[in-house]
Amino acid sequence: MPIAIGTTDLISILPIAIVSLFGVYLLLQSVFAPRMNRILIPYLGILGVGLAVVGNFFLIGMEGTAFEGMVRVDRLTVVLNFLFLITAALSLLITISYHEGEHVEFLEFTPLVLFSTAGMMVMGSAESLMTIFLGLETMSIALYVMAGFRRTNRHSLEAALKYFLLGAFATGFLLYGMALTYGMVGSTNLTQIAQYFTQNALDVPLVALMGLALIIIGFGFKVALVPFHMWTPDVYQGSPLPVTAYMAVGAKAAGFAAILRVISLSAFSIAFQWSEILWVLAVLTMTVGNVVALVQDNIKRMLAYSSIAHAGYILVGVVASNDQTVPSVVFYLIVYLFMNLGAFAVATMVAGQNERRVNIQYYRGLGYTQPLLALAMAVFMFSLAGFPPTAGFIGKFYIFSAALQSGYVWLVILGVINSLISVYYYLNVVVAMYMQQPVDEKKIAPVLPGVGVVILVAVLGIVYLGIFPGTMLSVLR
Amino acid sequence: MLQLTLFYIFAVLAVLGGIMVVVHRNPIYSALSLILTLFALAGEYILLMAHFIAIVHIAVYAGAIMVLFLFVIMLLNIRIEERAPGALRYMVYIGVPMAAILFLQLGYLAFKGFQEVYVKNTDVGTVERIGQALFSKYVLPFEITSILLVVAMVGAVYLSKRKLEIVE
Repeated sequence: MPIAIGTTDLISILPIAIVSLFGVYLLLQSVFAPRMNRILIPYLGILGVGLAVVGNFFLIGMEGTAFEGMVRVDRLTVVLNFLFLITAALSLLITISYHEGEHVEFLEFTPLVLFSTAGMMVMGSAESLMTIFLGLETMSIALYVMAGFRRTNRHSLEAALKYFLLGAFATGFLLYGMALTYGMVGSTNLTQIAQYFTQNALDVPLVALMGLALIIIGFGFKVALVPFHMWTPDVYQGSPLPVTAYMAVGAKAAGFAAILRVISLSAFSIAFQWSEILWVLAVLTMTVGNVVALVQDNIKRMLAYSSIAHAGYILVGVVASNDQTVPSVVFYLIVYLFMNLGAFAVATMVAGQNERRVNIQYYRGLGYTQPLLALAMAVFMFSLAGFPPTAGFIGKFYIFSAALQSGYVWLVILGVINSLISVYYYLNVVVAMYMQQPVDEKKIAPVLPGVGVVILVAVLGIVYLGIFPGTMLSVLR
Repeated sequence: MLQLTLFYIFAVLAVLGGIMVVVHRNPIYSALSLILTLFALAGEYILLMAHFIAIVHIAVYAGAIMVLFLFVIMLLNIRIEERAPGALRYMVYIGVPMAAILFLQLGYLAFKGFQEVYVKNTDVGTVERIGQALFSKYVLPFEITSILLVVAMVGAVYLSKRKLEIVE
């Protein structure tokens, strides 16, 4: 049997291949050029991501599957690839500044970010349960290691171990679910799974439903849905800040990409079976995330619970399961990218050496000592809370209107109430910055160029998407 | 005829190994006997034309997992049958019913009589067929797996290199 790999096949995985090859190249870099300055390595990583972005442009307009039905290239793939690559580039930029205070070892860190991004892109472009699983594992294993990257810090090691053990456990659920689905359908191909569910929509075998439920648990863990969220606060708190930022945005977006591919698109015809389960999960996730975030005084923990709450909002879009689901969810993921990475960039700046200043009390008086930094943080907080005219408002608006279109009035009401609760803890930071006296006289280090770029991009993204959402939405539709 | 002879040789070896695992007082001998059983089972797989499974069986079970067992035994430094008194009593309550269930199942099968199964494609489990599948239809998952393994290796090396002092 000859090996038949055509040009289309290779182009369809171009960004994934570029990022992976760059990761391998950076690993070998220290062998070929041992005296090279280590600080250059993340810049080379960003170069690799940039090349992958260029490669991704070749995918625009393609439609179809490649590698014998293992990956699918469509508009969703292209947009998700851009999303993951931007996340990786911005996280690497934060890391460069982070290095000033902490000795994060770039030699291993940068390739791990690149491999993890490759895994996310595999998930986003998957057309088979097999590729989804492999992408998920590549992403997760890299993240487990990255969570423990401050090897001398007890909390970081705890985060890595906790994430690894619980993640491996969740992988077991996912794998069981996939095995059961495969057993019923006879194929791991998502198109064939969709056909199977359409044919058996009126009388779905229990085993197939069990498989789907276990898959939801597996993905629910990755995107931190309540009640599978227990790991989130500890892991977010213990991980180094750039890793937390990358994890919060990238892993969540990849998880929701997989949910869109498997649940929303492949199991579309039996939406009545799973939408009620996800309805409950969405309400639980929003409520628990927002209510627990109220009492947090550590900015990392607060953002962790806020990220749980945002997973709940995004799930509302999945519950809607109509033609608005994919555009609204992806739009929200893009908005979430900008506001979360921005908030984490500011937090990195304020935290300083050894991440000593992660409590919200250190934000007191920031509006006078660091006006620009505080202004940016205020924009991120307003966007996370969903104030117009920021992008956070538009994102929530589209998610909730998608749910209304399918008649989930109560879900939307609960979502809006939750959104109001969240205003308290987001504005808490703003109040601390502008209306309270600084807690100590120690000056915060000036904003470093890497973080500065991230904050600038994030603010511009939020304002642009908040005022002109039409362009992006027309692309997504 | 040769096949049948080989089958019985492997079967006897597997059962002997299994018995030695239980009977030996030194846990290291038990572990080594288990390796004998696993090799014998791999031989049976080869007779069933499942070459790939046989190799994986040896590499994973006899190789990786048994080395892990031996490591644990040697690290814990268990001498001859150092066990907590009373632990065995509880084992009996679980072990005997389990064994009873197992024998009931075997007896049921023997009572019902074995059905003969004809395998049409005898080369399904061979290394060639699996290699062809891996490098044609499943070439992309295969390559992604290689990245996955690189990530795991880099991570393991990074997290375990050099000594470190943990600060609060």
